[in-house]
Amino acid sequence: MSLATRTASDAVTASLTGKSKDRDVRSMVFLGALWFSLFFGVVVLLALIIDTAIAGAPRFDLQLFTEYESRINRDGTGFRAGILGSVWLMATTALMAIPLGIGAAVYLEEFADKKSRVARIIEINLQNLAAVPSIIYGMLAVAIMGLLGYVYKGIVLGGAFALALLILPVVIITTREAIRAVPSDIRHGSLALGATVWQTTWRNTLPSAVPGIATGTILGLSRAIGEAAPLLILGLATVRDDPTGIESKVTALPIQIYNLSAMSQLEYQVAASAAIIVLLVLILGMNALAIFIRNKFQRSW
Amino acid sequence: MKRTSFRRVVVPGVAALVLTLAACGGGDNSADGEGVAGKVAVDGSSTVYPMSDTAAEMLKEENDSIETSVGFSGTGGGFEKFCAGQTDISDASRPIKDEEAAVCADAGIDYTELLVATDALTVVTHPDLAVDCLTTDQLVTLFEPGSKVTNWKDLDASFPDQEIAGFIPGTDSGTYDYMAADVVEHDSEALRDDFEVSEDDNILVQGVAGTEGSVGFFGYTYYEENADKVKALSIDDGNGCVAPSAETAQAGEYTPLARPLFIYVNNAKYNDNAAVAEYVDFYIENLETIAETAAYIPLNDEDYSATQDALAGIKG
Repeated sequence: MSLATRTASDAVTASLTGKSKDRDVRSMVFLGALWFSLFFGVVVLLALIIDTAIAGAPRFDLQLFTEYESRINRDGTGFRAGILGSVWLMATTALMAIPLGIGAAVYLEEFADKKSRVARIIEINLQNLAAVPSIIYGMLAVAIMGLLGYVYKGIVLGGAFALALLILPVVIITTREAIRAVPSDIRHGSLALGATVWQTTWRNTLPSAVPGIATGTILGLSRAIGEAAPLLILGLATVRDDPTGIESKVTALPIQIYNLSAMSQLEYQVAASAAIIVLLVLILGMNALAIFIRNKFQRSW
Repeated sequence: MKRTSFRRVVVPGVAALVLTLAACGGGDNSADGEGVAGKVAVDGSSTVYPMSDTAAEMLKEENDSIETSVGFSGTGGGFEKFCAGQTDISDASRPIKDEEAAVCADAGIDYTELLVATDALTVVTHPDLAVDCLTTDQLVTLFEPGSKVTNWKDLDASFPDQEIAGFIPGTDSGTYDYMAADVVEHDSEALRDDFEVSEDDNILVQGVAGTEGSVGFFGYTYYEENADKVKALSIDDGNGCVAPSAETAQAGEYTPLARPLFIYVNNAKYNDNAAVAEYVDFYIENLETIAETAAYIPLNDEDYSATQDALAGIKG
């Protein structure tokens, strides 16, 4: 505790008064409150994860990954359809959201007149969009699928529309930040050598911003992979076939977890707990990849 | 230089992802060249879902080329999709309502109702509560809207002096609808609103098991799985106390809480899409096995032959 106290107070108090206020009762109480706030969330999270892991422990086996959901053999129920479905959904979502998001961000940062009213309205709405409840994007995707003439909407394309819309604001905002972090000296240098704005953006600014863009996109996708609400609105159902294309019927890992955890039989609840851990590992893995990319390719100018 | 190293990481990653997808895609979907192929979309009641899903799984073991999707968006939500022509079959834990039937009629959708199983809606209490049987009237008094009963002794002088805590399904469920419309039969088609509500029956089980003096109700399978944690009440509908069980529900003795479970079949889809016909035929043919696998109460012989007759009537 004293270590943290020193880092927090030394910089300010020590330099002003020349002596540490470590022993001050009020500051100790305040520090205790801060530590409590910090650990409250962590402890609750840890308790949840450990509880779920214990509940799901009997089912950490290969069948969990290779088998479909089963009513005939409850002990062997698996999440093959959900895992493959989530992989397909993520890949399709990425294909939709990344080009659109980067395009929008490049336009807003490099080409749009930032003082114009339109740009300001877009700016505010982007922030708002990032906070819209995910279920709303599910309804939007239902509308899009209806317009495209799909009668059955629980297919890869429908789910990817919903998730792509969901992460688009995140991708745009992080891409803009990554582009903004590229020093203007680089742009000026390129422009001074006679390159057009387009050439500068394409050959200098964007490549320098790629690590930041990749990090933001992966964080966006790791939010999307845990979403169930927008997919439920689309009517994703239980399937026992691997997806073969964007028009295949599909299910997702969170949907299977949601469905199985409400079943009366204990076997399904155990399997659902095990699948929650699988989902958590996937999300943590994606976040770790994002951090890895950020640390490895980050550069300072 | 930086860019090159970045590419070295990303390109193999993407390639690996694409290969994985391709490998997965090429799996076991190949048609075996015989039998029917096609897609079937089922949605509706989460109570009937385990049965329709069992049918889908068993059919898949026989014929891998029929792709079935079974949803669980609730009886009402299921009918909405069914009457919009989005699904071929709708699961229902209550008969279709007049206003839902009108929507179907407007869309020109002809359908057939097939009785597939019986569920014994089970009223449960905390295991230590000294109450074993309720009359239908007491049941109505307990659950009707605006009910003032808050203590078991208000219901009957012989019942213990114990506060009542209720745990009941949410208003979106067919289970709630059935209790409100077919048992309590209050004009508002609602139940009292001061009881704890959850759409997840496992939460109801936990609530009842963990609260003294509690009462709740849900489908028979949830009681069967948790018979060690909660106590089922017998119901006296004028012919003595009848406990919920497969036998009493099948024999029609467990009134008024034995409720029918249906599937609704879109007639045109049945006749035009061989996969739908195959699924429904298989479902009805193996109804008893399916009901037992899904832990439901199979139909008695009389009801089963009525369902078979109804199925025969679809073929136009």
